[in-house]
Amino acid sequence: MLLKNTYNEFIKILAKPRSYLGIGALTLLIGIILFAMKADGSSFISFVTASFEQTLSFNGNILNGNLIGFIILQMLIVHIPLLVALVTGDLISGEAAMGTVRMLATKPISRTNIVLSKFIAGAVYTLILTIWLGFLALIVAKWIFGTGDLIVLNSDGLVILKSDDVMWRYGLSFLVAYLALLTISTLSICLSAFAENSIGPIVSTMAIIILFTIIGSLDVSVFDNVKPYLFTTHMASWRSFFEDPVPWGRIQESIIILLIHNVILVSIAIFKFNKKDITS
Amino acid sequence: MSIEKIIRINKLSKKFGSFHAVRDVSFEVNKGDVFGFLGPNGAGKSTTIRCMLSLIKNDSGTIELFGKSYDKNRSEILSKIGSIIEKPDFYKYLSAEKNLEIFARISGASVSKKEIQEMLDFVGLSGRGKDKIGGFSHGMKQRLGIAQTLLHQPELIILDEPTTGLDPQGIVEIRNLILRLKTEQNKTVLLSSHQLSEIELIANRMVIINKGKTIVEGDVKELLNAQEIVVKIEVDRLNDACELISNSFGTKEMNSINEQEFEINIEKQLVPKVNGLLVQHGIEVHSIEPKRKLEDFFMKIIQS
Repeated sequence: MLLKNTYNEFIKILAKPRSYLGIGALTLLIGIILFAMKADGSSFISFVTASFEQTLSFNGNILNGNLIGFIILQMLIVHIPLLVALVTGDLISGEAAMGTVRMLATKPISRTNIVLSKFIAGAVYTLILTIWLGFLALIVAKWIFGTGDLIVLNSDGLVILKSDDVMWRYGLSFLVAYLALLTISTLSICLSAFAENSIGPIVSTMAIIILFTIIGSLDVSVFDNVKPYLFTTHMASWRSFFEDPVPWGRIQESIIILLIHNVILVSIAIFKFNKKDITS
Repeated sequence: MSIEKIIRINKLSKKFGSFHAVRDVSFEVNKGDVFGFLGPNGAGKSTTIRCMLSLIKNDSGTIELFGKSYDKNRSEILSKIGSIIEKPDFYKYLSAEKNLEIFARISGASVSKKEIQEMLDFVGLSGRGKDKIGGFSHGMKQRLGIAQTLLHQPELIILDEPTTGLDPQGIVEIRNLILRLKTEQNKTVLLSSHQLSEIELIANRMVIINKGKTIVEGDVKELLNAQEIVVKIEVDRLNDACELISNSFGTKEMNSINEQEFEINIEKQLVPKVNGLLVQHGIEVHSIEPKRKLEDFFMKIIQS
């Protein structure tokens, strides 16, 4: 029954116009960045490398697909949660708003399976969005700008990664970025279980992300004990794969915390939906 | 031979905050019944039905469907039920066929595309299967709702206010559909409705609830026959007719409508005798018309 309802959820997601909004917005945004980089990327690179020009000289194709992919990821990872929440925040509350939740909940499928099928469908949608992001940011960028060594500016300094040492990092960083986005998806599904309209969970998800991000960036000791456990602290962990050496311990910690968030949020959603009186 | 009980509700209660929506409601529905579930707005009908379908958890009392409770048999019970609660809501961005496919897939039975098409034909939506629900009228959605309830061949059909918002033609269509469910498919139907006359036309048994409590339960004909009915009589000599009926039957509740018509409250079995008496005394009887009695019965019951 879980698989059958998951299939149903895919049909619904595919038929909703808002599902294509995220993919369309992503395509447009990346298209604009690629166009801007093609048109005036060299001055952008000059600006970034200006502070190193007295000690380093840069040769070869610096403005390559690897660098563009990194820039795009860094720019868009902040905005993609909204595109994810736009679809996943509607998965349960949208049924309540439409009244179809009555029909669903009177079928011989458990409420736990209803939530799980929505979680799986949301996870697959998020995966598709992440793959699309990877395709445009890396494959298309490489096709347009060619390949080359990746220069990354970290807080510790400049890291130069050989072009043949980059792809595995991208692969793993996309996996961690996906896990971070999956947490957003799960959070909005969880909030969706509490709401009767679509807008509430979407806005609440974004509000929580903003709130946690602000707490995470505040240099106040009172939040020091909380910060490591906020999922927003680990949303940029994908970036750690572009450090040399790779801080595996830190990445592992981020993965565990994000996974725990997912488990807790799904459990809350299941508990709430099971206890809920459906009066809509 | 004992009659199989499909629904057994015993002392069902449900509170929302301090508001007692349902208080000790009890009734039973037999296999093959078309069971009327009556009550004014806010009586607790929808809450009771929602409890029966596990949409709402009851605070106390028991619900047994097909002799089983929801505790360990939820999926089994729900696979035997088709329902519309208040109004059928569908995914507006999907076609009628796709909507039926979606609900059939999780209804516990495998339903082919051919069966979906046949069901659309049954409810009078032939040729509309590919159309999106967004363009459907309320009546079409109601008929699609009934198709949705029937797809998995349920034994029990629960229809909560299925004719709300329909025009007279739509009401007749839905009523005929329900009658066909009984006659052609031998389904057990629980029907809650504001259209009281409809219950009288369709149901064989009924329960009336008010303010969350059961008022009366029983056979529709027996309950209605046990009561006086209102009869409108048209005669040529009104005063003579009234005097004659009053003297012979002791009837006190008589109202003149105009110079030739009057209404009397009288037991149903006395109507032929009244007619005979009037004719016997040379009074021309132009018409005897029983007024819709369930409304009166209903009002009397809930007022008492």
